[in-house]
Amino acid sequence: MTSAAAEAPACTSDEMMTVTASRALRDGSACFVGIGLPSTAANLARRTHAPGLWMIYESGTLGATPSVLPLSIGDGELAETADTVVSVPEVFNYWLQPGRIDTGFLGAAQIDRYGNINTTVIGDYGAPKVRLPGAGGAPEIAANCREVVVIVRQSRRAFVESVDFTTSVGHGSGPGDRERLGLRGAGPTRVITDLGVLEPDPRTRELTLTSVHPGTTVQQVREATGWDLAVSADLRTTPAPDPHELAVLRSLTGRTPPTHDGRQGTR
Amino acid sequence: MLVPLDEGVRELVRDGDTVALEGFTHLIPVEAGHEIIRQGIRDLTLVRMTPDVVYDRMIGAGCARKLVFSWGGNPGVGSLHRFRDAVAGGWPAPLEIEEHSHAGMANRYVAGASGLPFAVLRGYTGTDLVGRTPNVKAISCPFTGEELTAVPALNPDVAIVHAQRADRAGNVQMWGITGVQKEAVLASSRALVTVEEVVDELEPVPGQVLLPSRVVTAVSVVPGGARPSYTHGYYVRDNDAYQAWDAISRDRERFAEWLRTEIHGLPPAREGSAAKESA
Repeated sequence: MTSAAAEAPACTSDEMMTVTASRALRDGSACFVGIGLPSTAANLARRTHAPGLWMIYESGTLGATPSVLPLSIGDGELAETADTVVSVPEVFNYWLQPGRIDTGFLGAAQIDRYGNINTTVIGDYGAPKVRLPGAGGAPEIAANCREVVVIVRQSRRAFVESVDFTTSVGHGSGPGDRERLGLRGAGPTRVITDLGVLEPDPRTRELTLTSVHPGTTVQQVREATGWDLAVSADLRTTPAPDPHELAVLRSLTGRTPPTHDGRQGTR
Repeated sequence: MLVPLDEGVRELVRDGDTVALEGFTHLIPVEAGHEIIRQGIRDLTLVRMTPDVVYDRMIGAGCARKLVFSWGGNPGVGSLHRFRDAVAGGWPAPLEIEEHSHAGMANRYVAGASGLPFAVLRGYTGTDLVGRTPNVKAISCPFTGEELTAVPALNPDVAIVHAQRADRAGNVQMWGITGVQKEAVLASSRALVTVEEVVDELEPVPGQVLLPSRVVTAVSVVPGGARPSYTHGYYVRDNDAYQAWDAISRDRERFAEWLRTEIHGLPPAREGSAAKESA
């Protein structure tokens, strides 16, 4: 108990998740950014290790450099700071579809052991328990970005054996499925949560725990997962956020009104 | 060409029409949606990539029979409660839904604007969206045999959009994030545009979209007509209003009261205040 508490960084689990996600973004790469946690992580990356990160929001703002976190994918500041603003058909047809985007950042209401994502409906489609916003740009982001990073808080409710509705395809039902479907990007390469990092096993494509955040136990992660979670043989501990990352993150979120909500996923 | 909003809506929007109010976060024609509610127009097939508070209001007011969309939420806040209540609870009327991805909807408008019967894209493959509607189908490339996805053109009866300004001849100019509005207007049989102002001459603006008057059926001057969304160069997004909508829309009675006072301009129907007066 004491040792786990001593290892825990002086930050919240959401901050740990956001910083870890920001580190997944390479400097100079192009990133398709959804609103909420993905946008926070991308903006953090641009202010720390990846000043050349090229952020695209689906509203058509290419190369946006907002000074505060946008509340919607179409905030005025995104347009004002963008290299160019294009129409929505152009974003999807000319930029996303041909594979020009390195990283797609997605949220999820449900994700399964093969990284398939549901943002459409919980329960039966015709008589839903919870009607969610739906697909938005996610299906084609998941299909056409070179890789996909998923950010989602880990719980049994979200990490399910199989999703109620496949809104966006991860690794389908296992090896070879993406190729069979003609999906050209690599699909989800990392799922970053508030407890750790999951990556698809190179052979089985099943999401496997490869890193736990400081102060979190493997048992905690397994308990927050709705399937028998595989654990990598060389499990790592996620490096804690450094003081600079935390300061930048807090300054970013501090400047953003409280209506901001990461739970909406693919916005 | 230049008409008051009530007249524009009365002449262009009919019961049973397929109507697309477009505007991607920016320039959402909210006031035109309110006017449709005021006129009690019914059985509409509402089309919109991102149904947000304006469609939540129209659905809650009973204007819609069907919704064609790709993302239905209150951006940055959460769910659309009137939309949810219509889908799950059939209130105030059952709502048929047809859902797509953004890429699919954008391409459907492009096909509609282009006079083509369908559009082709790399999309939907492997998702459960396929099979929920007959409007997503696989198609083989006639040249390579590669399997792709086809979606049919969208050709609404009416497109309604909001823009910064128009000139007296009815040419319309918008800039900032312009979403899919040009395609929606060109895909539709009729187009109603609300604008912040009418000017003598449309000074060019970087990144502008100009809709020539020949594709615009009517223009109505409605300052603030996009609130609580925003009009670049005129006013900013009212984030508090989006937040406030969450509470108003959660409850059927509270929503009905909002409709009564804010849309129909009637005095509050609360028994509370009436009781106090009589006592």
